[in-house]
Parts: sequence; structure tokens; C-alpha cells
Amino acid sequence: MARAPDTTALTLRINGEERRVAFPTHHTLLEVLREECGLTGTKHGCELGECGTCTVLVDGKPVLSCLALAAEMEGKSVETVEGMQQANELDPLQTTFADLGAAQCGYCTPAILLTARALLDRNPTPTERETRAALAGVLCRCTGYVKILQAVEGAAALRRGEEWRPPADVLYGEPPGTPAGPAIEGDRDG
Amino acid sequence: MAEPVRSPGDAPAERPERDTRIVGKPFRRVDGRAKVTGVTRFADDLSFPRMCHMRLVRSTVPHARIVSIDTSEAARVPGVLGFLTGASMPNTFGILPVSEDEHALCPDKVRMVGDPVAAVAAVTEDAAYEAALKVRVDYEPLATIASVEEALATPEPRIHGYSKAGGNVHKRASLEFGDVEGAFTEADLVLEDLCYYEGNTHLAMEQHAAVAIPEDVDRVTVYSSTQTPHYVHRALSKVLDLPASRIRVIACPNGGGFGGKSDPFNHEIVAAKMALQLGRPVKIVLSREEVFYCHRGRHPVQMWIKTGFKKDGTITGQHFKSALDGGAYGSYGVASTYYTGALQTVTYKLPHYKFEGVRTYTNKPPCGPKRGHGTPQPRFAWEVHLDKAAHRLGIDPAELRLRNLEDPETVTANWLTVGSIGLGRCIEAVVEGSGWRERYGRLGEGRGLGLACGAYLCGAGLPIYWNHMPQSGVQLQLDRSGRVAVFCGETEIGQGSDSVLAAIVAEILGVELHDIRLCVGDTDLTPVDLGSYSSRVTLMMGNAAVEAAERARDLLASAVSAQLEVPADRLVFAERRVFDAEDPGRGLDFADACVAAEARFGTLGTVGSYTPPRSPGRYNGAGVGPSPTYSYSACVLEVEVDPATGLYRPIHVWIAHDIGRSINPVLVLGQIEGSVYMGLGEAMMEEQVFRRLPKRLSGALVHKAPSMLEYKSPTFLEMPPVTSYIIEDPDARGPFGAKEVGQGPLLPVPPALANAVFDAVGVRIDQVPVQPHMILKALEAKRQGAEPRYGPASFPAVDFGETIRVPTPAQGGDGHATKEFERRLHRSKRATSGTMAEREEALEGKKDLTTK
Repeated sequence: MARAPDTTALTLRINGEERRVAFPTHHTLLEVLREECGLTGTKHGCELGECGTCTVLVDGKPVLSCLALAAEMEGKSVETVEGMQQANELDPLQTTFADLGAAQCGYCTPAILLTARALLDRNPTPTERETRAALAGVLCRCTGYVKILQAVEGAAALRRGEEWRPPADVLYGEPPGTPAGPAIEGDRDG
Repeated sequence: MAEPVRSPGDAPAERPERDTRIVGKPFRRVDGRAKVTGVTRFADDLSFPRMCHMRLVRSTVPHARIVSIDTSEAARVPGVLGFLTGASMPNTFGILPVSEDEHALCPDKVRMVGDPVAAVAAVTEDAAYEAALKVRVDYEPLATIASVEEALATPEPRIHGYSKAGGNVHKRASLEFGDVEGAFTEADLVLEDLCYYEGNTHLAMEQHAAVAIPEDVDRVTVYSSTQTPHYVHRALSKVLDLPASRIRVIACPNGGGFGGKSDPFNHEIVAAKMALQLGRPVKIVLSREEVFYCHRGRHPVQMWIKTGFKKDGTITGQHFKSALDGGAYGSYGVASTYYTGALQTVTYKLPHYKFEGVRTYTNKPPCGPKRGHGTPQPRFAWEVHLDKAAHRLGIDPAELRLRNLEDPETVTANWLTVGSIGLGRCIEAVVEGSGWRERYGRLGEGRGLGLACGAYLCGAGLPIYWNHMPQSGVQLQLDRSGRVAVFCGETEIGQGSDSVLAAIVAEILGVELHDIRLCVGDTDLTPVDLGSYSSRVTLMMGNAAVEAAERARDLLASAVSAQLEVPADRLVFAERRVFDAEDPGRGLDFADACVAAEARFGTLGTVGSYTPPRSPGRYNGAGVGPSPTYSYSACVLEVEVDPATGLYRPIHVWIAHDIGRSINPVLVLGQIEGSVYMGLGEAMMEEQVFRRLPKRLSGALVHKAPSMLEYKSPTFLEMPPVTSYIIEDPDARGPFGAKEVGQGPLLPVPPALANAVFDAVGVRIDQVPVQPHMILKALEAKRQGAEPRYGPASFPAVDFGETIRVPTPAQGGDGHATKEFERRLHRSKRATSGTMAEREEALEGKKDLTTK
């Protein structure tokens, strides 16, 4: 009754490496990355295009891999979290995310790292509002997004070759007894 | 596994002086690198040779008898390997021994849409999915129950037949500590309020997954995204009818938990059964829709609160009632019910207190523990109520709270032992930070500040099942290389428990984080830790780790002392060396100290364990609420409200948390910020709600929004900036003085929002989520001279049963209920009249008599 699914075989370019992959034609990029390629760093939270957890970069742009067919990826360049580090050196985003605890459970982290990388590639000096807008398609339930925004800011500075050290309040919180700061008006830039 | 000790940005920005090297300083979490490189293996990332895939066939109707299950058509799908139905697993399970009311697969009756009735395994996930759709289940529908009111009014059909409370009531409780009516008589102001807290769900980004591997004909390993491998272990043993020693449960790092992975789940058990049946590994990954059916999230709770105040703000007493919509199964519900009444007493002095609670079954996914378990709902009511009292009394809301602060190191009216209390300092911090004194009530129309507080457990004082064993165990094994292996049943759910464990051991032994190897959450290899729930891990596992590490240090010190001829108590463990405090040049490298000790004592290993102190409460119900100590939080939230549309936006949150002492401040901040976020989600938009389909479409009771698109949760765009204050007031009961931070900071956020809306536009929204239409309706009421409020109008009529009266410590009580109560209860056992509970007790008595 059920017919065997049609199979597609093609060459995918993933993290700069070409590989020949065969998979059921209806399978998504998410499934092929995780199952055929063994790249389980790409996660899923809904498989309906709602949560953003499965985001990868296709030709440098964030794409929901659960909604993209792998069969359409021939000739395109796919980047996953596994491709972010250079040799054993972390990408500045990976460094600041790890250092600041911007990855808590770590499940949405690959998607956010890649989306942030796409943002910084096209805009090396994003305002906080621009960063929020760029990352808003990915949900994170652990961090409240606070440490993520701080980590992206730090990584942007590091990528620009600037000295960056996390400010004390990012590491220790605000010292109690601080009188009302200016953080009331204009909290949101832009 | 661990990175070399590394402070963010290489060196910590200067901050407090410490007598420790690692504890209290910001360091990269030990699993940080794995998580940013995609290396961390969650349950669905695992695969094994010959692994097949399983799907559950779930009920499409909310309440029905199963007439028949036909798998014949499904069996013809190519690649199908096997089926299971409920008949194969008759034993029930459930997290609480008092409500083991779940079946791995429903054998005869379904109680909600999503209840599992059959399982199918196939070579591919696609085939399993297709076959599951082709399993035909015929149902004979039963009347459905959608709410607490319907449950109270509809004793038949019973969703479950076992509860003592009868009908569709799962649990009821009535406890009075002291004399509440007397307290109201002596009050100058007695306030009454009705509040409602909508149900909501955890929405962890990772969908639940499990992989079961048969190891032999009667041995199985289950990898799972669980917060409580020990309880899964017990449930597997019970349902599979296998000795626990033949079952191994390995908790994978959880892609978020928040309480949603703390019950043993049917899919974990069915996967194990299927693996044993097929003789090959079986994986199941739930769809997002199925995760909504697993639920165990925040109970929808209706609340009634009445409190007496003196003119100066002194609280004289409180009567609190709650009605919980429990859903289709018990889950943690008995505990949840008591938790809605337990922690009202630990923040402010409450000399007389009465709590009455009820939990009913409904044909909806079961509610359970979500971050704050049962306490955010009453905290919302209490803090909104206090805000109203402050206005009635003409006392500043912050001042009213400060005047009533509970005393540290005291026993409350309901017999909870309170430890250190940093709440006063928390309030001061957010008051100063937000400019409260200058700005509250003065921001003009449409802009407002709200203040609220909260408290939470640092671990439930009692285990889920009654026993006298430790609640956490840690085992160390050191070898001559100087590496320290640490074994503990704890489960990393993102909160940073691995980092706490490594930091404590490294601190005490004077080594670095990269000298530590962790083996956690594995019931074959690690000593039991009860799990990542009730904010228990830092305190309980931490204390066990301190004990194990100190014993290892003593062992090494004794060997080094003999070799160097230095008194053991003069030896210092630091910088990966063991040396003489008076002559630091005289010492051994840590690895050489291990060599000396291994030569002297043989293979090096130590253990540590932690058992919480026994709480003084001895009344029926005293088991819920005790904790070794409590954490405290205070929050000020600023909001902007558009009176024309009711749309509002939180502008800034100031939050202070009494952590006792930070093990790692940067991770403490992460927990605070995450709690604020989750509290805001609940306060602003999140709701797990249901509706009845029209009759022509089956009339089923269905989830309104079992998807992430429709279940609204805050994104980067809704989340306001957060200013966090870590308040340190070390508590001797915690490791290095540490208390919890994973849940407490959520509690003050929802009431702070409602209080801020009042400051902005002068109307009270007595329920969450606060939605724009509620603000508009309340503003309309205000214009028409009616009560400027939106919220529930009544509390259901509930028979809470006999009140257990417990004299308070101030009344000279001893923690027991009054003798008078015991006598009455005894009498009622022989009576044929009285309340339903009494009659049931009497029946039980008779049963005992006949069996004797």
C-alpha cells in the first residue's frame, strides 16, 4: 500500500565540506543534517517553523531547516553550529556565550549563535534594538535573552578587533545600594 | 569535559573580596564549550545500531471507554515491527505514592485528548507515524469535565475512582494555625480579595525524548530527557515488573525542564517495554503537540484571600482558599495543593493563618510542578492584596512589607523553620534602584511602578516517597594522576548544577575545574540524588559534595602530613598543591599528594551525603512546605499603559534575590533573569487553555493552542531590560552559605506587573495573564463609578472537609494538631454521618476491622 518514498541523492556543501547524501525526497534539511549527516548540533523544537530552534545558515542567511527541503540545497552553502569554530578555536560568539552563561540548557543556542553570526556579518555594529529584531525569530526559555544580548554585544566588539571585557554588572549584578540609574528612559535604543 | 578555569574575559572585573578561589567568582560553566559547539548530546541526539522508532497512538476524545483497538491495517505498513497496548502493562505508576493513577498505555479508559492507548514501532520514523495513524480505536464517550465548578457539580462519572475525597475531587485540605477569627476581630482593617491565576506550561525548547536499549532478556537501559532519573527508575521497575537493579536510567542533559520533565512519563516506560519486546533499541521523540499533552504545568488556581491589619500595618491573621484545576491525573497534585497554602507565612509575620485548598480532576492534560510549584499563584494573590492594603492604610507598599518582615531563624505559625532572610535588603535594593521613593505614584497617567516580593524553598524537606535515606549522594574517586572523578545522580537541566558540583569539589581540594571529571544522572553508576526539582540541587547536592570532598581532603592531608612531617591541620589545599600554611614552599603537588595517599591507603574514594533536618510540623499536611532554608526576592516593575487600547509594555524590571551566597554569580544572574522572563510570560500572555468543540465536531474538550505559534511566549522584542541585585547573606545550612536561585525570582514578577498597572492607570487586574481587554474593562468600570477592577467575581462553594487545628509555636503548640481534633476524627470514624471524608474514614476503619 504505502509506496517506498522516492529517494534523492545529491551533493550538499555543509560547513565548507562537500558530501554526497541520499535521503527520502520529502525529508527536510533538518532531518538530513541530523540523520544522514550525523550533525546533531542542529536542534528542533516544533518542526513547524514556529520556534526558530532549527535555524541554520544557507548562503549566509538564517533559514528554518525544518521548513526547508534538503532536496533544494544543491549548490548552496549550508552552515551549522559545528562549522562555527576554526580548528579548535571558538568563534567570538561561542566564546562570549560560553563565558556569560548565555547558553543555559544550550538547546536554542546553535540557532541563536548562527542567527547572530548572520547579523554581525552584515552589521558589525548592531544596536541592541537591531540585535533584538534580528534574533526575535528564535525562542529561548532559559535566559530571558539578557545574557544573550550581552554576549552578542561582546562578540561584536571582539570581531571588530576591540578589547572587550564583560562589565562588572554583567558578571556580578548591580551592586545593591545603587541609586536610581539612568536606565529608565531610553532603555531601548533606536 | 571542563575547560581550564576561565573567568569571562580572562579576569574577573573587580568585585567582592573572597576567601575562596573558585566559589563566588564568575567562571565559564563546565559544560559551556560543549553547549556552544553543538557537542552536548540531548536524548534525541543519540542513536544506536538497529535502533527503531516508536510513536504513541493518542486519544482523540477527552473522556471515554476504549471499546476496541484494531492494529490490522497499521500492521500492513512496510517497516512496522510491533505494537503494544495497555493490557501488556497493567501496573499503574505516578510520581506520588498517594496518586499512582497513570498507565503506560490506557487499558480501558481515556481521560483526556492525548492519552496514549497504543504504541507502534517501525524501522523508520515515517513508517511508525503512518502506522500510528492507521491504528483504529473505538471509543464509548463519557461526559467530560472542563473546570473545577463542573468537577464539583459532577460527581459521576468519576475520572478516577480512588480519591478519598470522592466524586471528581482529588484532594482537599483544611488547616488552621492559631485563631484566625480572633485575629480578624482584633484587626482595624479586614480585606477580602478574589484572584485567579491561569494555567500555563513550561514550553521547554527540547521536546521530550527517550531511547531504550535492551541489554539482555530482562535488563534495559533508558536514556531520557528527565529531571528525575531516580523516580523514572522506580516507575520503570514497577510497571515493567523488573527489579530496579536490572534497569539503568541515564538522564541526558535536558533542553530545558522548568518542572515539565520531573514526572515519570508513559513514553519512557513504553519505549523500555517495546525495546525488551523487540530486542533492539527503540527511540521516541514527542511532537510539540504531544509535549502540550504531557504538560504537568502551572495549575489554574482560583483564590480567595482575607487578611486582618492593624492601623500601623501589622498583619493579624489570614484566611486563604485555593481551588486547583488539576487535569486528568494526580501528578504532583497533592503537593501542589498544599503548596498553594504553605509559603504565605515565610515572608511576613503571620501569627494566625488558615488555609483551605481543593484540587479537582478535569478531562485535560494533568497539571503539576512548574517553576515555583504551586506557590506563584498564592504569591500573586498575597502581593496584590498587600498592595491594596497599603493603599487602604495609607502606608507605602514597600514600607508595609518592611514593617511585617518575618524574623530570621524562626518557626512560623504553620511550623516551617525559616533560616536567613535577606528580604529586607532585597526590598531596599529594588526601592533604591528604581527610585521608588521619588517616583512611585508620581509618574503620571499611563506610567506606573509596582512592587512585590516572594520566597521559595531550597529543596523540599521530604522526599517524594517516605524513606530515611539521604536525598543526595556524592562519590569521589581520585587517582595518582591527580584527576578527581565525581559521581552524583544530579541532572543538568541548564541551571548549572554540573558547574556547582565541580566548583565545590575543586574549591575544597584546591584543584582546578579541569581536574574534575563528572559522571552524573546515571542510576547504574552514580549515588542517588532525587532530581532537579524544588530548587534542591545546589543545597542538597552541594552539601553532599562538601562532605565527600572534605573527607578526600582529610585522607590526602593525613598522607601528606606523614610524608612531610607537618601537622595535618596546618596543610593548605590550593593552586593544585598541598602545602604547609606556615612554610608554603614545603608541600606536594596535588597529584603527588594523591600518590602518597594511594600508597598509604590504597585506591582513593570517599562519599558524602545529605539529609535535610527534620521539620517540627507533625500535623497531617506538614510534609509540604518544609525546606532546609528559604530564598527571598523583591521586584519593582515599571510599566507603560495606553488607556485608550489597554495595550501595555513593561519598561524595566529591578529584581533583587537573596542567594545566601553565590557559587557562580554569572550563573546566578542567568537564573534571576530567566525567572523574571518566565514570570513575565505568565503575567503577560502565557495560557494553557481549552475549549469544547461544537457538538457536530464531537464536542470534545480540546487544547486551544497546542502549538508554539498560538501559545504566546515572550520573544526578544517583549523582554524588557532587567537590573539584577544579588543579595548575599550566607546561610550556614547551604554549601558555602548558598541558597537557591532557580525558581524564587519568578514569584514577585506577576504581582509586580499587576501592581504597576494599578499605579499607571488606577485599576486593579486581579488575575494573570493581564490582558489589554481586562484593563479596558476595568477602566470602563472606573469611568462608570463601579469598582475599578477586573477579576473573578466569586469563589466556588467547596466542602474542604474537617479543619485540622494546629496550635502555633506562639500558642505553645508542639507541631501536632490539637488533641480535640484527633478525638473528633477518631469519633467520626465510627460515625455514619458527618462529612464525606469522615464517612470514608469510617469505611476504612470498618475495612481494617474485617481484615483483622
